[in-house]
Formats: sequence, structure tokens, C-alpha cells
Amino acid sequence: MSAIDLTAAEGAIQRADSTRTAPRFWTRFRRHKLAVAGLSMLLLLSLASIAAPLLSSQQPNAVDLSAYRTAPSSDHWLGTDSAGRDVYSRILYAGRVSLSVGLVAVGIYVLIGTTLGGLAGYFGGWVDNVIMRLADMVLSFPAIIVIITIVSIVGPSIINVMVVIGLLGWPPIARLVRGEFLTLRERDFVVASVATGATSARIIFRHVFPNALTPVIVNATFGMASAILLEAGLSFLGLGVQPPTASWGNMLNGAQSITILEQMPWLWIPPGVMIVLAVLSINFVGDGLRDALDPRSRK
Amino acid sequence: MGRFLLRRLLISLPVLLGITVTMYIIVNLAPGDPVTALMNPEQMANMGPAWVEQQRESLGLNDPLPVRYLLWLRETVTGNLGFSSEDRLPVSEKIGERIGPTLRLMGVVITVSVLVGVPLGVLSALRQYSFVDYLLTLLGFLTVSIPSFFLALVLIYVFALKLDWLPATGMYTVGQARSFGDSLSHILLPATVLGLGQAAPIIRYTRASLLETIQQDYVVTARAKGLSEAWVVTRHALRNALIPIVTVIALNVPSLLGGTVIIEQVFAWPGMGSLAIGAVQARDYNLLMGINLIAATMILSSNLLADVVYAFVDPRIKYA
Repeated sequence: MSAIDLTAAEGAIQRADSTRTAPRFWTRFRRHKLAVAGLSMLLLLSLASIAAPLLSSQQPNAVDLSAYRTAPSSDHWLGTDSAGRDVYSRILYAGRVSLSVGLVAVGIYVLIGTTLGGLAGYFGGWVDNVIMRLADMVLSFPAIIVIITIVSIVGPSIINVMVVIGLLGWPPIARLVRGEFLTLRERDFVVASVATGATSARIIFRHVFPNALTPVIVNATFGMASAILLEAGLSFLGLGVQPPTASWGNMLNGAQSITILEQMPWLWIPPGVMIVLAVLSINFVGDGLRDALDPRSRK
Repeated sequence: MGRFLLRRLLISLPVLLGITVTMYIIVNLAPGDPVTALMNPEQMANMGPAWVEQQRESLGLNDPLPVRYLLWLRETVTGNLGFSSEDRLPVSEKIGERIGPTLRLMGVVITVSVLVGVPLGVLSALRQYSFVDYLLTLLGFLTVSIPSFFLALVLIYVFALKLDWLPATGMYTVGQARSFGDSLSHILLPATVLGLGQAAPIIRYTRASLLETIQQDYVVTARAKGLSEAWVVTRHALRNALIPIVTVIALNVPSLLGGTVIIEQVFAWPGMGSLAIGAVQARDYNLLMGINLIAATMILSSNLLADVVYAFVDPRIKYA
């Protein structure tokens, strides 16, 4: 690479944290049709779960024993479950739980991963060694078995599921952030700011983090999809969100019985379809973000 | 090669130790006392608190946590994983019974996903940006976005309950002589569910890897020599493109192992996963500790195996 190329590339990187990136980002993102469809679907699902009380007149947890497992009707659009609760309304409210578990769990591990990765990348030496060996260890955990062990000890609940997924998910983020630190600290514009006497804090927050942000956002988006799948799996097994609170996963729990599986498809197909829609949309958005934010990884 | 293996082993050991320390601490946070949990309340009332205390002392439960961990480690190294609190059978025996079915399921899944994934990945790369390529990419997204248990329920609903072609649960038909056909019909559904999830990354990486190798100079040379396209792709490009796939397979072992936990439960497959769910429900922490240890060992060995195979198939990697 010639000297001129280098300057151009660095100019581009420095511009990455300026506002000029935004319009270009949208142009690229909009070209990805699946990502746009995913984003629209995701907004729709979020709005539907936020506006749940407006979209359904039924209470999600109202037990009506006279309406035991009734088929879909004009009263109950998607029928009722084993406690006579309205399935349609439960699906709307469950969206709040399932989507926020994904968001919070990923929020927790992005925070942990960025902090640890930043520390490892900035200090290097033994700090780096300890943190990275810790990351190797957590990556070698048989995740689901460890999670169900912890959940069986601390008790299954929404909060515990979020925290446990969060505590085990940070190593990929830490590796990414550390990697960015290691590459960026050799770059001329960082060396230049050190030379001009910028403080460590200024260098970290002004130059390094904004550049590390891109891969972290992409990773976190795909992470949200996996977190929602994981919560659904745990709740399906009865080890996640506990009834009467509805989550898409625990609404499928009843389908472990052959009677419900065979004769009452309205009880388990709709929540399953909702999980697929949510996870698929998030994965599409993640793919779109990857293409739009990082043109180097274009297929 | 021997030195390389030894070094990789020596790196894996502290990781395994770290995992056991963490798990030991977590399991010790469990409420309840392993002694009183084992006792019949009536017997305990008869024998008095002094006897319970004596039992606890003799089991070493009054020692500080690090000492208890070392005791546990000593027993584990000699092959004693303790006893299940549920039925008092040795943990190693319980896991021993269940590990075979899990390995059989995982083996079939890995084999099938490679046999299906690699050709489809090649097809996708050779017909880049074609309809087939887009379709496979879309299917890839779909298979990683469907919760495995939901797909399992759908397949059971269609193929076992509605069409009655395949059995819904178990590994054999109870009370019938074991035959290959019977085993096959039982493994088909769980292996399909897990295999779809596993094939998607193999397709994606094979495609990416082949697209990269096909631009290499030696492939251009092979074409310039006038070799047939099929020969160039299979002999020159694919053989090199497949090297990174070894890593993809190994890196997917943890997710596959996690997948078997839920899928074994849904299909009542008598493996380690359904054993773990049972142990959680019975709060059988000794058994859980043993399962965690075996699962972590499986993950670390697969990583090790990948490194070794990688070094073996790629002569550019030096063992030193």
C-alpha cells in the first residue's frame, strides 16, 4: 500500500466517527432488502407488544376455567389455553418479555465484554493474559448445561435468565474490542494524538471506541437473536420465564404433551411462529448492518 | 507432532481445571445440605443432630471450600465422580449409560451435515448470485432462526402424529428385536432437526472458502494448463477450500452439544442431555457436576482434535 493510500484509509477511519457516515449507512442499509424487511417486521412486533393493551381487550393472565382449551373463536381469536387464558393476548404480552430478555441479556454482555476487552487491549501484559484465558474458559463452558445448572440453583425467573445469558456471552465481544485496541494503537492517527498530548481517556473514547463500535453492534445484533432463542428454549423446558407471566417459549411448554401437540395446534404453532419471525428479522437486520457498516466484509 | 500435541494438551488442562473450579463454586451455592438432602427425615429425627454432624464430618463437608474442591478433584482423577443424590448410583455409571446415545446422535448429525453441507456450499459458490445461491442463503437464515424444539414439534406433528411414518420418541421400539431399520427410523427426526442447524454454517463457510481459493494463482494455472473444470474444482480448489471447514465443524461442537440437551428431551432420546434435564429437575448436583465435566471435556477435546487435524491436513502449518 502506498503512502497516499494509507492517508486515504486513515481519513476514512477518522470520518467513521463523524456524522457524515449516517446518510451513507442508510443508503447501504436500504439496498439490503431482507434487512429492511427484517427491520420493519421487528418494529411491527415491538409496537404490537408495547401496544398490547390497545390491541386486545382480554387480560393475558385472566384465568377462565369455563374456557378450558377452547378452539379459536370470535371471542378468543387464537383460542384459550389450559387455564382458559386468551392465547392471542398472551402472545402480544409475551413479546414484551421475549424481546426484552434478548435486549437486556445482550446489554449485559456488551457492557462486560467491552470493559474487559478494553482493559485487556489497553493494558496488555498480564491483565491481557488473565482476561483472555478467562474468555477461553467461558467459551469452553458447555453453555446450556451450565445455564440450566445455574438456573436450577438460583431459581428460574426472567431476571436470572437475563443475567446468566449475559454472564456467559461476553467473550466474543471482549475479543473483538481487544483486537480493535491492538490494531488501532499502532495506527498513525492514534500515535499522533498521543504525540499531541491527548489523555488516555480522550484517546480511548474519542478514537478507539468509535472504531470498535462497528463490529460490536453487528455481533450484538446476532447475539440478540441467539439470546431470544436461548430464552425460548429454557422457558420451553420450564427453566426460564415462569407462568403466569407469558413468554413465547413457555407458551410452547404445554406442547410436550401429545394431546396438546396433536389436537390443539392453536396453543403451540402461533408462539413458535412469533419466535421464528422475531429471530429471523433480527438476523436479517444483523446481516444488513454488517454489509452497511463494514464494506470490507462484503460477500 | 508429539510435541505439538503435548503443548496443546498442556494449554487445555488449566482451562478444564478453571471450568471445574467455577462449576464447583456454583454447585456449592446450591441451597440445602447434601447430607440432610440424602436422609430420610424420620431416620434423621431418630439418630439426632449429633449423628448428622458426624456424617457431615466423615464426608468432609465441614472442610473449607478449597479443601473440598481438592478432595473432589482427587476422587475425580481416580474416576470416582461421586454418587447421584436421587438413586445413589455412581455418577460415572449413570453418565456411562447415556453417553453412547448422545455420541451416536452427534456422530450422525456431523456426518450428515458435512455430506449435505459441503456439496451445497460448492453448488452455491459455483453458481454465485444465482437463484440456488440466494435460496440456500435464505434457507440458511431460516434454519438458524427456527428454535430447534419448535422445528422438532412441527416434525413430530407432521411425520409421527399426522402421517404416522416415523416414531415420535425413543431410540428403539420397546419390546421389539433391535434392527437397523428400527434404529434409523428413530434417529431420523432428531438428527434432521439438529442437522439442519449444523449444515447452515458448513454451507456458508464452504461457499466463502471455495470462492476465495478459486481466485488463487494455482487454480488459474490449473485452468491455463487446460484441465477440465470439474478436475480443477474438485482436485485443485476444493481440497484446499475444505481445510478451514475442519475448524467450523469443531467450533460447532458446543452448540451441537447444547442442541442435543433440548432435542433429547423432546424426543425422549436416552442420552446425556435428557439426563441433565432430569438431574436439574431432581436437583441432583453431583450428577450435574459430572455431566458438566464430561461435556467440557468433550468440547476441549474437539478443539484439540480440530487443531491436530488442521495441522495434519495443511502442510503449511508447522507443529513447532
